[in-house]
Amino acid sequence: MMIGTDLNTVLPELILAIYAMAALMFSVYFGKDKRANAVFWMTAIVMVILAVMIALAPAGAHTAFNGAFVDDAFARYAKVLMLLASAVIILLSKDYLQKNNLLKFEYPILIALATLGMMMMVSAGDLMSLYMGLELQSLSLYVVAAFRRDSLRSTEAGLKYFVLGALSSGILLYGASLVYGFSGTTVFSGIASTITDEGLGLGMIFGLVFLCSGMAFKVSAVPFHMWTPDVYEGSPTPVTAFFATAPKVAAACLFARVLHDAFPTAQADWTQIIALLSVGSMFLGAIAAIGQTNIKRLMAYSSIAHMGFALMGLAAGTEAGVQALLIYMAIYVVMNIGTFAFILNMERDGNAITDIKCLGQYSKVEPARAAALAILMFSLAGIPPLVGFFGKFYVLKAAIDADMAWLAIAGVIASVIGAFYYLRIIYFMYFGNEVDPMTGKMPALHYVALMGAAAVMLFGVINLFGIEAYAAIAAEALLK
Amino acid sequence: MITLEHYLALAAVLFTIGIFGIFVNRKNVIIILMSIELMLLAVNINFVAFSTHLNDLVGQIFTLFVLTVAAAEAAIGLAILVCFFRNRGTIAVEDVNVMKG
Repeated sequence: MMIGTDLNTVLPELILAIYAMAALMFSVYFGKDKRANAVFWMTAIVMVILAVMIALAPAGAHTAFNGAFVDDAFARYAKVLMLLASAVIILLSKDYLQKNNLLKFEYPILIALATLGMMMMVSAGDLMSLYMGLELQSLSLYVVAAFRRDSLRSTEAGLKYFVLGALSSGILLYGASLVYGFSGTTVFSGIASTITDEGLGLGMIFGLVFLCSGMAFKVSAVPFHMWTPDVYEGSPTPVTAFFATAPKVAAACLFARVLHDAFPTAQADWTQIIALLSVGSMFLGAIAAIGQTNIKRLMAYSSIAHMGFALMGLAAGTEAGVQALLIYMAIYVVMNIGTFAFILNMERDGNAITDIKCLGQYSKVEPARAAALAILMFSLAGIPPLVGFFGKFYVLKAAIDADMAWLAIAGVIASVIGAFYYLRIIYFMYFGNEVDPMTGKMPALHYVALMGAAAVMLFGVINLFGIEAYAAIAAEALLK
Repeated sequence: MITLEHYLALAAVLFTIGIFGIFVNRKNVIIILMSIELMLLAVNINFVAFSTHLNDLVGQIFTLFVLTVAAAEAAIGLAILVCFFRNRGTIAVEDVNVMKG
């Protein structure tokens, strides 16, 4: 029967799902939070093994369940990136959670379920699997946002995220129902084949706009960004680190998947929407971050601006654009992991601090860490010759090649404005007023993550570790 | 005769009421949860109407998935709301304001 080959195609997802349920049962029946340490390590190891398994899988595209699930080079690229990011974040979270009495076994399991949802999202070939993957991811994320149950800020972040997330899911679903009704099918390739040369009908345009709004919320693009600063600020810091990495990759890749697979011939309609989202995000992210003193809020606006740049690649609507988007997301994830490894250890006498003024003269206290953070900040700002610059370079080039020079110019202006707040952090560290030094001792793993990310930003300049070729194959698979 | 347009109009009206329920309501978070539910059910009407109109079962299967997810969503929403209530002592929407965004 066909079911055997179908199950073979979804094997990584199946393994992760069974692992998550088995780990939940194991922890509940044998020791609960006493087993948390083992569950953290096991989850990370399972994710790394799955990432290797997916990376080594034979090339080519397979579909399963009548096209509802697509396993191609594009999905594999995104999955490897998300699994590795989630594994690193789980390991980085451990020390912080332990210090704050939050080391619970549910945490890695929820992250594993969220990652499973993300893997479904990037592999979706049907509106139904899109919705189920998206909801699995979102529901897990609502819970981890409110993970510190006794903290008002954390539960408020969870509540805000839940309300706005559910609203966006509803909007996306309304769009899905219109697309289904006016095309008669939920499979992406089927939807694409019903779009004629005369363009989209009114119903389909409404459906497309609703779908785009729902997904723009998930990538936190302007004007659907309102939740981001509050959720980033209120959630426990490891959760913020997670929000800023894997889910963003998943949402951006889902966006690319839906637009290129289901609406390939309607490009003229959606590039305008995406270009608008992109410009808005870049400028709002750059301008609104200037007044922020809380580093978590600052990173929230930074992520809005970065998603604006990533969407620029999508707005180009070309293969080079998708390639640029994929390269940008990989670089963005590495920069954020390094930066959050630093933020997780900002504390004085055991109390976590988030005010960037507390970084005053940090270079005298910890020269190595300050230098690493400075490199990451330069890279986030996109200053050559660091790797962050190349991410921006590729999206700008894609936009210019697609005759969207105005978009590229807007991007450069936003990037110059945005550089201000990244450089301000460096200014505080090297030339700021002296303050009580932060006393946080950095666990070895965090130190490795911070220094590793900084080293990647420096040495990736040579050939970006060959990621360009993988992104090219992935983009080609999506636009075939 | 009730046509497809009638169902679509009904769904659109219910969906809009749901969205307004989230933004206009200033009193109680529970009402927001009800509004979210209303939005999802409006979408279900859309799906079922299209499904019968197109003579295609996929829409009704989609509806079953949506119903399941809506139940899970309500459970998680209420759980988070209970945690919030324990910390804040109120569930008035205007009191969800520790962080200004």
